[in-house]
Amino acid sequence: MNTLSNSLTKPQNESIASNGLSQGDVSDFFALLKPRVMFLVVFTALVGMVVSHPDVNPILAFISLLMIAVGGGASGCLNMWWDADIDAVMTRTRKRPIPAGKIQPNEALAFGLTLSAGSVLILGLASNWLAAGLLAFTIFFYVVIYSMWLKRSTPQNIVIGGAAGALPPIVAQAAVTGSVAWDSVILFAIIFMWTPPHFWALALVKSGDYERAGIPMMPNVAGPDSTRFQILAYTVLLAPLGMAPVFFGFGGLAYAVVALIGGLGMLALAIQVYRLREGEPAMRVAQQLFAFSILYLFLLFATLLAEHGFGFFRPVLG
Amino acid sequence: MASASSARFWGKAMTDMNSYRPTPEEQLRRKRRSRALGLTLGILCLILFAITIAKLGPQVLNRPM
Repeated sequence: MNTLSNSLTKPQNESIASNGLSQGDVSDFFALLKPRVMFLVVFTALVGMVVSHPDVNPILAFISLLMIAVGGGASGCLNMWWDADIDAVMTRTRKRPIPAGKIQPNEALAFGLTLSAGSVLILGLASNWLAAGLLAFTIFFYVVIYSMWLKRSTPQNIVIGGAAGALPPIVAQAAVTGSVAWDSVILFAIIFMWTPPHFWALALVKSGDYERAGIPMMPNVAGPDSTRFQILAYTVLLAPLGMAPVFFGFGGLAYAVVALIGGLGMLALAIQVYRLREGEPAMRVAQQLFAFSILYLFLLFATLLAEHGFGFFRPVLG
Repeated sequence: MASASSARFWGKAMTDMNSYRPTPEEQLRRKRRSRALGLTLGILCLILFAITIAKLGPQVLNRPM
């Protein structure tokens, strides 16, 4: 396992020990920020902002959003630093900059810490210290609670760790309003409940990878059948939760339609995953659930963005 | 003893660094990293300037002479 003291003191390989030059290109450093995750962070944070209808300077709102994105990227970078050993043995992650030998762990650690501190400080200056504190907590939760502790110790890793990925709307709302209201808490709950079916569908397909890396994902610990049941259970909770914005008054007619159809689609796929347990069809439907879950979350948040950001909001209730 | 061997290690590393000639590819990558770092610092200055102006607001110009 990676240790802080080793990483800070030990020359990591011949190339950096002999010539002291970093081998990383700009694109490698950018890849450390997990750009696709960063996009999701920006997107959900933006929705957290627009549903709040803030009366805030647009420049400060933009800078706040940028800092939330940088903070998200920094936590991804620190996650890659810590998980470099297991990334190297998983097919999905072995081309990441550290296991590929393009960037040294020490460089990634320094990069991640600098961006973390910078993003929290600038968010505090641009908005308020509640938002900055929440961003710092998000980074801490993802890196220390999830990456360093839960990921390698419990099959509930992504359930609890999912809180870190769900926090950006709350951080964003705090940044533009100075407080946290129900709207962003519901968005948090939707992402939180969406995380287990999403990641466990992937884990069903990639269970061999996780087994090799020694990560106790649910299919490896409780078995594929139990995982399928839990995917279904979480999806049964997620589908009605997806409708909650309608009942709390910030999801309009378009959102209600999207959440209803999307929720039914998620349920249908989760039932298929539960029923099909053997061979190629079982893998295919798990992959379909994984892909559809991304589309589902994207559509929910995109519809809220269209309703509140572009004036398409038509109330369903009252 | 530990500090003497450490000094020898770093002394050798520094000598190696000073005598090492980066390959053209390494020089190119270093140039790109330097440019990105410069750009990032420039953006940081702009962000801090924008925060200052936005926080001060338009009233900053409206003061008795």
